[in-house]
Amino acid sequence: MDSTLETTFLGIKMASPVLTASGTFGFGEEFRDFVDLSRLGGIMVKGTTRQPRRGNDGVRITETPMGMLNCIGLENPGVEYFLSDILPRIKDEMNVIVNISGSSVEEYGELAAMLDVPGVAAIELNVSCPNVKEGGIVFGTDPAAASAVVHAAKANTKKPVILKLSPNVTDICLMARAVEEAGADAVSLINTLIGMEIDIERRRPVLGNVTGGLSGPAVKPVALRMVYQVARAVKIPIIGMGGIASTEDALEFLLAGAEVVAVGTANFTDPEVTMKICDGIAAYVRRQKLRSYRELIGKANDGFLRGDLV
Amino acid sequence: MPDSTQKLLEDAKVKGQQRLAEGVYYLAVHAPKIAAAARPGQFVDIRILTGAFILRRPVGVVAADRENGIVAFIYRVIGRGTRAMAKLKAGDTVNLLGPLGNGFSMEHKHPLIVGGGMGLSPLFFYAAGMKGKADVLMGGRSEEEVFWRSLFAGIAKNIHITTDDGSVGTKGFVTELLPKLLSEGSYDAVVVCGPDPMMKAVAAIAKEKGTPCQVSLERRMGCGLGACLSCSIDTAHGRRKVCKDGPVFPAEEVFF
Ligand SMILES: Cc1cc2nc3c(=O)[nH]c(=O)nc-3n(C[C@H](O)[C@H](O)[C@H](O)COP(=O)(O)OP(=O)(O)OC[C@H]3O[C@@H](n4cnc5c(N)ncnc54)[C@H](O)[C@@H]3O)c2cc1C
Ligand SMILES: Cc1cc2nc3c(=O)[nH]c(=O)nc-3n(C[C@H](O)[C@H](O)[C@H](O)COP(=O)(O)O)c2cc1C
Repeated sequence: MDSTLETTFLGIKMASPVLTASGTFGFGEEFRDFVDLSRLGGIMVKGTTRQPRRGNDGVRITETPMGMLNCIGLENPGVEYFLSDILPRIKDEMNVIVNISGSSVEEYGELAAMLDVPGVAAIELNVSCPNVKEGGIVFGTDPAAASAVVHAAKANTKKPVILKLSPNVTDICLMARAVEEAGADAVSLINTLIGMEIDIERRRPVLGNVTGGLSGPAVKPVALRMVYQVARAVKIPIIGMGGIASTEDALEFLLAGAEVVAVGTANFTDPEVTMKICDGIAAYVRRQKLRSYRELIGKANDGFLRGDLV
Repeated sequence: MPDSTQKLLEDAKVKGQQRLAEGVYYLAVHAPKIAAAARPGQFVDIRILTGAFILRRPVGVVAADRENGIVAFIYRVIGRGTRAMAKLKAGDTVNLLGPLGNGFSMEHKHPLIVGGGMGLSPLFFYAAGMKGKADVLMGGRSEEEVFWRSLFAGIAKNIHITTDDGSVGTKGFVTELLPKLLSEGSYDAVVVCGPDPMMKAVAAIAKEKGTPCQVSLERRMGCGLGACLSCSIDTAHGRRKVCKDGPVFPAEEVFF
């Protein structure tokens, strides 16, 4: 392990600041042939719900210029199966951060309570999944609703609670401040941007769900700008993500004020990309003659509220 | 059959490319590790490096030459990705992720292969693996049947052809000839790959005749590794991923 990459984030010891984003990396096991899972800071598992979900019908994925759209619709085996069959298999191999999605405030609380078990490193609240009609998007765009979800989760678990911010809002800082106030231990951003594609031959939307979430390099400048702004608005730490596909991308997010980063879509393009990014950050740190990558956090952001870090 | 093979990432040099019919190409690349590991019915996810691609393109393996380390594909130009593939020249590099998926069961004594269009490509690898024990029934557009027929000649024992316009073989769909072939042919399996409606119709006839049937499905894929659930489908045993649990399924598990 490389000591320049080690960090403790929300009390979780991490071998590197490189995590994998929910929904793009399964439960980690799927990538075992390509990734040394112990080198990752952690994996954020697929959005987990109280009941199993089969997700959306029809086409679920399409490629767009330097990005992709997805409308998986939160397909997952449900929290009970996750706890009984999946968590025991993976918990000793990596930091497991469970991404949860509820259809009501109470359900977030219930999920948080059920996941307050050994082997779960933290809970990430997905209030911004654009593909669920029952209200995911309402929690993600209304500061009061997002705060209520944070309260419910915090009241039911001792695990660190991360709130995942949606970029589909007018003022992301307003949301960030609200959830910080409500007691969130960290924020992660960004989730996908809502988009669509039309098949001109069939004259129909391509995706089964009509709209889907845009991710990949195309969203990186937007994500980076939002991380930069949120880093000036709140004091809780930030998990930066959105289009990270290279060492340089990851470094930009750290310099903007993210304490750790997560890689999503780029895992599809190159399943080894997280290892390359770990190596690349370590090489950059050495080249810059620093002791730890942590010396980079927020260094390109004059208004960074956690300037006393390191 | 669960997929347990180790998956590999391999930079592969293009050895050559050949146009087989309008918009249909044969592509051979040097990928010795994947050539050694690939089994009939498996596919690779191709990362096209000559252009800005975020997703890989899944393509079935038509042949794997272990001795020379060559993996080959036959594909039809559909959109942006396959258009870029058609421009590849000897010496260019693509990156392969594979072999992926479970592949066909190879245990039958006298299978009937049924295929349409590019579905015949993975079936060719299967036919070669069956070493003359398989017959083939192919259906589709006329010009293409000519090269498929010459490919399968010498690999499959008997070749039956149907075309939409009757220009080659019997006029009509494969379902025209299938009932008679199954009644008279003593086949112990039907192995089919093609458009979904064709596979459904073939599976229904096979079921009626009591012949076990394997189908190979095509769905849009993200990761190719079973992580992203883009290619998730309903089966008789619940949700399954085409990229990892398939692409080959017993027909009764997916058409029910
Ligand atoms: C397991 C498997 C094996 C395959 N084997 C072959 C083969 O041997 N020969 C062959 O010609 N084709 C094969 N295909 C289909 C091939 O993957 C698509 O034709 C190709 O991805 C189209 O890409 P494009 O960029 O040219 O088309 P576009 O329509 O521009 O593609 C847009 C997106 O949709 C995806 N997509 C479009 N059509 C399909 C499809 N039918 N299946 C899966 N993804 C699709 C693309 O990968 C891309 O992500 C196979 C598909 C699968 C799933
Ligand atoms: C196929 C796919 C599935 C996703 N599923 C989830 C999910 O279940 N929960 C969630 O919070 N985010 C989900 N996301 C969003 C990602 O975690 C991430 O926030 C977003 O894709 C931006 O990062 P990227 O550009 O690196 O992919 C998904 C993204 C993709 C591409």
